Amino acid sequence: MTIDHQLLAAGIDLGYGDRKVVDDLSLTIPPGKLTVIVGANACGKSTVLRGLARLLAPARGAVYLDGKPIHQMSTREVATILGVLPQSPIAPDAIVVADLVGRGRYPHQGWFRRWTPEDDAAVAEALRATDTLDIADRPVDELSGGQRQRVWIAMALAQQTDVLLLDEPTTFLDINHQVEVLDLLTDLVKHNGRTVVVVLHDLNLACRYADHIVAMKAGRLVAEGRPSEVMTEAVVADVFGMASRVVIDPISDTPMIVPIGRHHIGAGVIA
Amino acid sequence: MTTLDAAGTVRHIRHRLATRRRLVTLGLLVLLVLAFALALYLGDYPVPPSEVLRSLLSPLTGLVDKGVDFIVLNVRLPRATLAVLTGISFALSGIIFQTLLRNPLASPDIIGISHGASASAVFCIIALGLSGISVSLGALLGAVLTALVIYGLSWRGGVTAYRVVLIGIGMAAMMSAIISYLFTRARLFEVQQALGWLIGSLNASGSDDIIGMAIALALLLPLTALLARALDAMQLGDDTATALGARVEAVRLGLMLVGVAYAAFATAAVGPVTFVAFVAGPIARNLLAGSGKGFVQAALVGALVMLGSDLVAQHALPAVQLPVGVVTGVFGAGFLLWLLVVSNRAGKVN
Repeated sequence: MTIDHQLLAAGIDLGYGDRKVVDDLSLTIPPGKLTVIVGANACGKSTVLRGLARLLAPARGAVYLDGKPIHQMSTREVATILGVLPQSPIAPDAIVVADLVGRGRYPHQGWFRRWTPEDDAAVAEALRATDTLDIADRPVDELSGGQRQRVWIAMALAQQTDVLLLDEPTTFLDINHQVEVLDLLTDLVKHNGRTVVVVLHDLNLACRYADHIVAMKAGRLVAEGRPSEVMTEAVVADVFGMASRVVIDPISDTPMIVPIGRHHIGAGVIA
Repeated sequence: MTTLDAAGTVRHIRHRLATRRRLVTLGLLVLLVLAFALALYLGDYPVPPSEVLRSLLSPLTGLVDKGVDFIVLNVRLPRATLAVLTGISFALSGIIFQTLLRNPLASPDIIGISHGASASAVFCIIALGLSGISVSLGALLGAVLTALVIYGLSWRGGVTAYRVVLIGIGMAAMMSAIISYLFTRARLFEVQQALGWLIGSLNASGSDDIIGMAIALALLLPLTALLARALDAMQLGDDTATALGARVEAVRLGLMLVGVAYAAFATAAVGPVTFVAFVAGPIARNLLAGSGKGFVQAALVGALVMLGSDLVAQHALPAVQLPVGVVTGVFGAGFLLWLLVVSNRAGKVN
């Protein structure tokens, strides 16, 4: 089935040009688990994901995949182990869903190994898992935002990698589709033993779905661990600069962050 | 639905796309063969199809008719062949840049590469008093140098499509200014010669042009096939392509060099025939409707546009032979306007 792969960042600095976004960050991704990275806007969470995905080379330190520096491995070799869904992928004009998802088979093909029944099966499985089989023949241009996002996830799934990194895969999705996507990622971890890393905006969904949560602030790691141990009112205050109350999610028994603003504070509540 | 059925669905869709691709390719091939036959047939002295065939086969069969053979083999065949070869070359140059830069406006005749070739050729004609093959070599050099400057100025630890297009348009303006300046310093005869070159024409095509183009294509076509596979990934954006294991920066540089070479060789052979590079890719992709990258089909469209335009240029007006560039210009400008109107409506020019 799947092999546990070790992915870790050791003391990396990441940035764009002279602008340093991530500062001396070390992080080990637990294999076979769902890891969620959270933090305020511009805290560097997407940048960390790009670093882990070898899309951005660290100015200092290194990312290691199975003990080897990832930037020194052939990008093709990495692509058979580690799949990435970046934040804003581009769909070519008029491309149909099955074709786009089929592009995920790129690292498995080459000059002498073109399309095989195995590729058809991988694409079919990815379409099924994301519930996009019935739109497989439609142009991507014509889909709704939610459908499109599921198609992109299918593309990443068709790559059939043991490790999967996704940058905000639930953005632009309605709440029901957000839950569907996160359920799907959980299936991949629970049933297939994959290692999944996701950047998420929604703190409560992050707390519910994460086996391992990583909280970042201003390019540094603030806390990591099981959400129930990590997500305290103090951590939320530190990461988001916002007062809150952490209660128990009545559905999942995980921490649920209830923000405290300046208005709408009920009588008898001590904020 | 089981995975097996689902795989069947995927296979079915894949076959549907492949069928469309084959039909488009076949249709274009048939049209090209017809246009080619028409090019051999039409003229002040029409040669009936049976005679064309006999003449084409005369080196094998020995059935010679000197007068007819001269018209078919020495006048019309080289001209039509050069039209096809340069059409393919312009088209591939165009679709390479349009695909890499993800912008239908990013063809070499809009982002300054053809202008660089022109400025260099005009410089050769006016300032250096050169003609013939030296002007072609000058154009080749001009195209390559302009492309290098555009690439260099666009480089910011990598090249973004947007910068290349903007800097390319700037370079195009600068090269046009240089051409205008050279004209003000030139004598009338030189201006006439330079203008003839600038419009682009197959009138002065010689066998060395054909041989040059054939060698260029023999080298460039396999390279294109080799590099174009990575475009399956690169069409999805740089990050996604890297994630899929494509060597984005290397492939992009390689394809840009190949694309410049296509434009440079074709321009050196027949002058900067406008809009062939620009229209071929979008026409091919419209025909394919999402069933392929369209390189092969664009090459066929390019050959067809070039050959068809030359036929119109030669035979549309009685007693006047227009340069092919005039016809492609009229056709291409119309297409550009149509593309801009349609794209704006869909909000897709970026």
